[in-house]
Amino acid sequence: MEYEVKLDIFEGPLDLLLYLIKKNEIDIYDIPIALITEQYLKHLEMMKYLNLDIAGDYLLLASTLVHIKSRMLLPVDESERETEDEPDPRAELVRQLLDYQVFKEAAQQLEKRPILERDVFRRGLHTGNGTAGISEDEISAEISVFALVEAFYRIITQLGEPEFMEIDVEKLSLTDRINEIMESLAEKRELTFDDLLRDSRDRRMILYTFLAILELMKLRMIRAHQASPFGMIRIILAAEE
Amino acid sequence: MEETKAIIEAIIFASESPLTVDKIREVLNEVDKSEISRLVQELVREYEEKRGGFILQEVAGGLHFRTRPDLGLWINKLMKVKQSMLSKAAMETLAVIAYRQPAVKSEIDRIRGVDSGSSLKGLLEKKIVRIMGRKDVPGKPIMYGTTKRFLEIFSLKDLSELPTLKEMNELQDPAGESGTQTLLIEETEM
Repeated sequence: MEYEVKLDIFEGPLDLLLYLIKKNEIDIYDIPIALITEQYLKHLEMMKYLNLDIAGDYLLLASTLVHIKSRMLLPVDESERETEDEPDPRAELVRQLLDYQVFKEAAQQLEKRPILERDVFRRGLHTGNGTAGISEDEISAEISVFALVEAFYRIITQLGEPEFMEIDVEKLSLTDRINEIMESLAEKRELTFDDLLRDSRDRRMILYTFLAILELMKLRMIRAHQASPFGMIRIILAAEE
Repeated sequence: MEETKAIIEAIIFASESPLTVDKIREVLNEVDKSEISRLVQELVREYEEKRGGFILQEVAGGLHFRTRPDLGLWINKLMKVKQSMLSKAAMETLAVIAYRQPAVKSEIDRIRGVDSGSSLKGLLEKKIVRIMGRKDVPGKPIMYGTTKRFLEIFSLKDLSELPTLKEMNELQDPAGESGTQTLLIEETEM
């Protein structure tokens, strides 16, 4: 059974670019196109490897990047170099990135406002059997999906060559894995990556764990946090909002 | 005087959604609109100064009682409110619409670099976003804008309360650069 999770629900190709720019501490006004293109394509590879359904927009941006790269490789005439006839092939992309960044920031600012039925409440809501919300001291940043992809890719590739698929006595399904994870979280409230993958030496199990986490993130039932790049990844139950 | 203020307080309390001054006037039709506004402001201040559990908030063009934002986590402890928060994609789509309304889908898609169809659908269903008509250009695309519910959810008095978009100035720079380049070309051609 092939399980696929749509990545575009979370973040899009521009997000990936911004993520790579930030990760490499690149100046957005002077993007090293070759490097960025290489990393971007590598990421697409990783995502395909992990069974993520890549929206067409990702591929469109990939070809745009390759196109820009080729334009920048074209030899420039000596006379043209003086007048800078040719506009920077990256200019359009930079403009688009900055534009997008403005609204991405705006969205984050909106989300920080006091939100009805999350931070502020009206009269007359039902009181149920409440469970405590998550602890407020979240010093670590919510992890980008792309960082998650990288983390999983690293783990899976470390396993080496895929062995022949053994026929499992207990049939593993994505739903089962999701339930398992939720049960563990209900008990322990917080799990690290290592906790989740401790018993999995099996490539398929790791893949299912990854897809399960993505699905749960999509459903907003869990949150994933990482205190520093390549740091420990923590999974926690999302607050009842 | 005091009695009028008490009446205003009572009907705002009883109302499920924010009450406009006009609506209040419908009930208290003998009272001046300016008088109602004045009394309302007094109430707002009183609740603010009291530092109690809830405040009288100006939101979505009207007035409503709401719990203090910093006490949110206590209410969360009390109740198991399953409110689906918006996804990142939905929030971005919403941000574009909020600041660019009336906005058409192609504009939203272009800015985000992705197809925003499913996010749009969700926002429409939740009545956070609405259709404002069709743009008078070829194709007659649908225009989208935010709703009163949007203002309510994000605790905004009105659209002018939206924080100004940051980095708007930085956007000018790339355009500025190419502007200079065009100038150079013109000079050489002459």
